[in-house]
Amino acid sequence: MSPPDRRPVAILGGNRIPFARRDREYAGASNQDMLTAALDGLVSRFGLQGERVGEVAAGGVLKRSRDFNLTRECVLGSALSPDTPAYEVQQACGTGLETTIHVANKIALGQIESGIAGGVDTTSDAPIELNEDLRRLLLDLNRTRSTTGRLGLVRRLRPGQVVPALPRNEEPRTGLSMGEHQAISTKRWGIGRAEQDEIAVESHRRLAAAYERGFFDDLITPFLGLERDGNLRPDASIEKLAKLNPVFGDGAGATMTAGNSTPLTDGAAVVLLSSEEWAAEHSLPVLAHLVDAETGAVDFVHGDDGLLEAPLFAVPRLLDRNALGLQDFDFYELHEAFASQVLMTMKAWEDPAFCSERLGRDEPFGSIDRGKLNVTGSSLAAGHPFGATGGRIVGTLAKLLTERGSGRGLISICAAGGMGVAAILEREA
Amino acid sequence: MSPDRYQSLANSAFGGAVTKRLGLPKPPLLERHEPGKPLVSAPVALGAARGGRLEEPVREVLRGLDAHVETDVGSVDGRGELAALLFDASGIDDSVRLRSLYEFFHPLIRALRPSGRVLVLAAPPEDSAGVRGATAQRAIEGFVRTVAKEIGRNGSTAQLVQVTSGAEGAMESTLRFLLSARSAYVDGQVIRIESGHLATPADWDRPLEGRTAAVTGAARGIGEAIAETLADQGAEVLCIDVPTAGEGLSEVANRIGGTSLTLDITGSGAPAALADHIRGRHGRIDVFVHNAGITRDKTLARMSPEAWDAVLDVNLSSQERLNDALLGDGLLGEGGRIISVSSVSGIAGNRGQANYATSKAGIIGMVNALAPVLRERRATANAVAPGFIETAMTAAMPVTAREAGRRTSSLVQGGLPVDVAETIAWLASPASGGVNGNVVRVCGQALIGA
Ligand SMILES: NC(=O)c1ccc[n+]([C@@H]2O[C@H](COP(=O)([O-])OP(=O)(O)OC[C@H]3O[C@@H](n4cnc5c(N)ncnc54)[C@H](O)[C@@H]3O)[C@@H](O)[C@H]2O)c1
Repeated sequence: MSPPDRRPVAILGGNRIPFARRDREYAGASNQDMLTAALDGLVSRFGLQGERVGEVAAGGVLKRSRDFNLTRECVLGSALSPDTPAYEVQQACGTGLETTIHVANKIALGQIESGIAGGVDTTSDAPIELNEDLRRLLLDLNRTRSTTGRLGLVRRLRPGQVVPALPRNEEPRTGLSMGEHQAISTKRWGIGRAEQDEIAVESHRRLAAAYERGFFDDLITPFLGLERDGNLRPDASIEKLAKLNPVFGDGAGATMTAGNSTPLTDGAAVVLLSSEEWAAEHSLPVLAHLVDAETGAVDFVHGDDGLLEAPLFAVPRLLDRNALGLQDFDFYELHEAFASQVLMTMKAWEDPAFCSERLGRDEPFGSIDRGKLNVTGSSLAAGHPFGATGGRIVGTLAKLLTERGSGRGLISICAAGGMGVAAILEREA
Repeated sequence: MSPDRYQSLANSAFGGAVTKRLGLPKPPLLERHEPGKPLVSAPVALGAARGGRLEEPVREVLRGLDAHVETDVGSVDGRGELAALLFDASGIDDSVRLRSLYEFFHPLIRALRPSGRVLVLAAPPEDSAGVRGATAQRAIEGFVRTVAKEIGRNGSTAQLVQVTSGAEGAMESTLRFLLSARSAYVDGQVIRIESGHLATPADWDRPLEGRTAAVTGAARGIGEAIAETLADQGAEVLCIDVPTAGEGLSEVANRIGGTSLTLDITGSGAPAALADHIRGRHGRIDVFVHNAGITRDKTLARMSPEAWDAVLDVNLSSQERLNDALLGDGLLGEGGRIISVSSVSGIAGNRGQANYATSKAGIIGMVNALAPVLRERRATANAVAPGFIETAMTAAMPVTAREAGRRTSSLVQGGLPVDVAETIAWLASPASGGVNGNVVRVCGQALIGA
């Protein structure tokens, strides 16, 4: 439980730009453009122009080296006071939630009164690295003083070295892409094709319905002419999804398609957090509180656990620490990296063997009521710009709790590198 | 580049010669408000018909403006020496005494400089004693409207301000507005001042200091200018527009240091959402500007029911529902202002705009009916009716219609969004509590519906 001198951390709201599919509407936008737009939208909703916010923490996964101070640059380009400090966190898909936790902890400790957390990612304006051979040669060239030495080096140049290294969505230690990793887990957990497609259709249907009823009106600010997430297919159907060929895994057991896996996406999302006092001083209603959080990791390289299985362990630890059961929630936000990741997570928590052997529990951890799961859609429909997803979910869940009046929500986000981030949000009656 | 190329051309040396030869009107360059410039920068002349009650209060206001009042008007003979001609006509109680208007203005009218001001202060005809008094007071309107037409080519304007008995102390914000460059495109108007609940601002350049204002349709065009101007005059501005306009809206809010609220005002939940937002974030609202508006033009025979419904809902019915929420919940503060944007089309009607003109005429009815209700609450309701304003909307008009729109006014040009905004800021001022139930055109004295 929280030590007594921890202050409550209020979530005041979120803002994101609609997420775009790779090389579409945001093809010409940089991480800096998108994060600045998300920040400025937040600033305008909450009247923070010229305000010195305690800190802005945000990050992106696919970053260019010139963006070494990305978040600070965005703050300087935004309507916030230039006296607002900023820093970056990179924790793959967990980035946006991890930054939220960092900011929340500083608020809880009384080090800051307010803060903005979030993240951004572009798969369109991605960094392209020099071919490793060429990079070494150029570095050598730079170190060599004599002309003959330099000429010798230049003679080592080969046409093949000019081919750049494109960013790869693969784990450095295994050489497998995230989808290929998840395909292994999908098979091991026996997750079928139809149930994955169902999760995907439901995600599109619920996201579309949420847009229709204006749920996102105060959570999204259009950007570059895009008003809704570009990946959203309100007319997605089981029949249509059933026609897609598997893209990950092989053989008869391959069930993961482009329809039940998240596409590469561009976007940015941020949330505003503060102490109770700061919120009251600024006449800003508190939507929810961030109660606690847990980040975990598994050894997917040498051990039995899959790349995206860290939340299976992190969430039970988090709930145990807070003396909560899996049933004590009104909303579950399980990030849909892949439909099978969500299904696998729920299956594991219902599985007596896994729960006893791996979690050391006498009883299964429990099941999740699908009616409370990702009720306004999740990443399969909205898209998943890696760093931005945490901010999207925190803003969405805080608003869901506000609409409900009171309640508790669970967030679980799996991340590359075998990591997972989880958090509990609560709104008191 | 000015949006009005013809105006730039006609004012250039070469273009001016050509347009003159062709007998085309030369649109004058209108002086507009610049921060730091004195409100009245040249001497003014002040006259009165015997028995008037407004000369002294006007002189008092002029004193506060540091305006030099020319006492020896006989010495004024040159052109362009005077910034304004003011005349108290409230004492005219018989048609034969209208001659005093001729006697004052005839020798002086040529002395008015470009972008000069003519203000005639009078009484509302229906308040005047007897048939003769009412007749004479009504006659003044014809005089003023004609003067406006004669001096418009100079960029000068003329207005009639009718002050009810007892409201002599309520004129200052109106006199300041009409004398200043802020009223550049307001011309040939009759403005009624009654006694109301007034507060004199500490700083006349920022009369809205400490006040909260909301503007619908603030993402662009006229609404953007309104939000900017209100913020400029000290208000904290809540900028409202539809979610799809969120990008522009947040730019406007950030630029002016206001806040943004994305809300479709026609939504069934909009009144409650607005009320909640105002209650939670601001506590109350002092100024509410209904500016959001749309057109769906078609002649009646071709008009779809959807086009009718959409225009009536955005332009009128949604405003009524928002007003109910604001007034029902007591969210409009004491000294509150409801200001609605009508249109000259609502006054005159316009071919192809049966839906639009109906909605905009409805706004006039709405503020007329709201005025007595708000007076009880020491608040006011007024409307502005823009004529041709240079915006993205009018830039998209067919060339002939656009040119006709621009040239068929006494000032021979279209107005700018800021002209509408300045007029709204004047109505929003805490010192304008005596202006209630007025419909003020911002049209450069357009010929239509005049
Ligand atoms: N431009 C002119 O010449 C002119 C003349 C007379 C009157 N007007 C009136 O002035 C007002 C502003 O006109 P403009 O030229 O700036 O138009 P505009 O189209 O540029 O701006 C109107 C704004 O209203 C917003 N809006 C529309 N429907 C809305 C809704 N349901 N909820 C919230 N916001 C909504 C739009 O998104 C837009 O930002 C309108 O009422 C118009 O009828 C304009």
